[in-house]
Amino acid sequence: MKVNILVLILLAVSIHVSAQKFATKIGHIKFYSKAPLEKIEAHNMQVNAAFDQQSGFFVFKVLMKSFEFEKALMQEHFNENYIESDKFPNATFLGKVTNFNEINFSKDGTYKVNVEGKLTLHGITKEVKETGTFQPDKGKIFGKAIFNLLLSDYNIDVPGAVANNISKTVEITVEVVLEKINP
Amino acid sequence: MKSNFFLLLTITGLFSFLSSKGQDDLMSMINNNEKPVVDFTSATFKTTRIVIGQSIENPAKGNALFLITHHFGALNTGYENLFGLKQATIRLGIEYGLTDRIAFGFGLNTLKNTWDGFLKVKILRQSKGARRMPLSVSAFAGTAIYTTKWDHPERKNYFSSRMSYAFELLFARKFGNAFSFQIMPAMVHRNLVASALDHNDIFTIGAGGRIKISNRVSVNGEYHYLIPGQINSYKAYDSFSFGVDIETGGHVFQIFLTNSMGENEEAFLTETTGQWKNGQIFLGFNISRIFTIFYPKLNRN
Repeated sequence: MKVNILVLILLAVSIHVSAQKFATKIGHIKFYSKAPLEKIEAHNMQVNAAFDQQSGFFVFKVLMKSFEFEKALMQEHFNENYIESDKFPNATFLGKVTNFNEINFSKDGTYKVNVEGKLTLHGITKEVKETGTFQPDKGKIFGKAIFNLLLSDYNIDVPGAVANNISKTVEITVEVVLEKINP
Repeated sequence: MKSNFFLLLTITGLFSFLSSKGQDDLMSMINNNEKPVVDFTSATFKTTRIVIGQSIENPAKGNALFLITHHFGALNTGYENLFGLKQATIRLGIEYGLTDRIAFGFGLNTLKNTWDGFLKVKILRQSKGARRMPLSVSAFAGTAIYTTKWDHPERKNYFSSRMSYAFELLFARKFGNAFSFQIMPAMVHRNLVASALDHNDIFTIGAGGRIKISNRVSVNGEYHYLIPGQINSYKAYDSFSFGVDIETGGHVFQIFLTNSMGENEEAFLTETTGQWKNGQIFLGFNISRIFTIFYPKLNRN
């Protein structure tokens, strides 16, 4: 029994040490809200993401002020009134690709991935579980996911006066090209 | 059995520790690779006016701001005048952001049929992060031309006599999210003054600020100190205004009380003849609406 534990610990440590990591600083997150009166779209092209191939760990960090809207006033309201970027400058995701064992990173193709973890936005942390795809391609991994967020889950209040301008759920599209990094 | 259970707990504990540590390692790797960015302070004020005077804000590049300014008559004019409701001075104005730093605007004032035009430039922008700047500084230069009939048509009158100019430097700082403060020294030059007793160049020092009481509502105030001894042929007082800002989507509503009848800088800095203590107070409101004329190119690839 004791030996078994020791082996397990050693295994965990050795995996940790030899882990191949992938990362990007220029990931893309699109934010899309469709309400009866207005469609709102914003893009953030400076998304930080990192993935650990051996453990499946997957993390994101997004600077909220880097979202660009087509109307300057929307951007101001997003930062001032809704996301409160001065108080909560970043959104983060700390999680894991739970089925990372099923991906053959040396074989190019499209793999469905299940991602689970903690998403922190507007100071609120929620457990999320989403699916996306991983496409290993010549040593890079192209990752993509589309999912919906309920604004009220993150204490983002949409006043009645603009209820027809901003939808209660927003669609988030994440696209990252993860490149191998040297430890 | 018990010891086995304990062992199991230890193992799971160890693994969960390793698991969260792995994520934290990835996150600290991201944090270490991050380059600091310049974080410009936004929305020091909700709109381009604190109450009646200029704030450091401009419409963003490619945006036009349509501003209706309305002052009713004086409250102390009694029921016959419905406490001022029967009268109004109005300014209709439009402002446009040429770049994120430079804006210009025009306005038509019903007071003496005055046309005004101005240029406003953001010289410094408050920021933190990669570049730290404690203050935002804007410069304002305006011209006003009144176009009512000459007071003395029998005289030889020059067009230039209709013109006056206003120059302001605006220094503002946003202290946290809720409180912003601005100091604005100003100079008004009038080509023609009512009497030789009056100076052509009038200097004032103003201060204004706002306190947010919610994300969309703030209380604002503004005061312009008229340095004494410059205007002697009529009684001119310091301009003082306070009110609330209410923001709803693309509109900002400002409802306020002021002792200034005029709406353009040249008028309220030098021709404020109302006095708060005598009830020569004007109820007023501003309605501003932003229109996006040119959409910025979004960096999508």
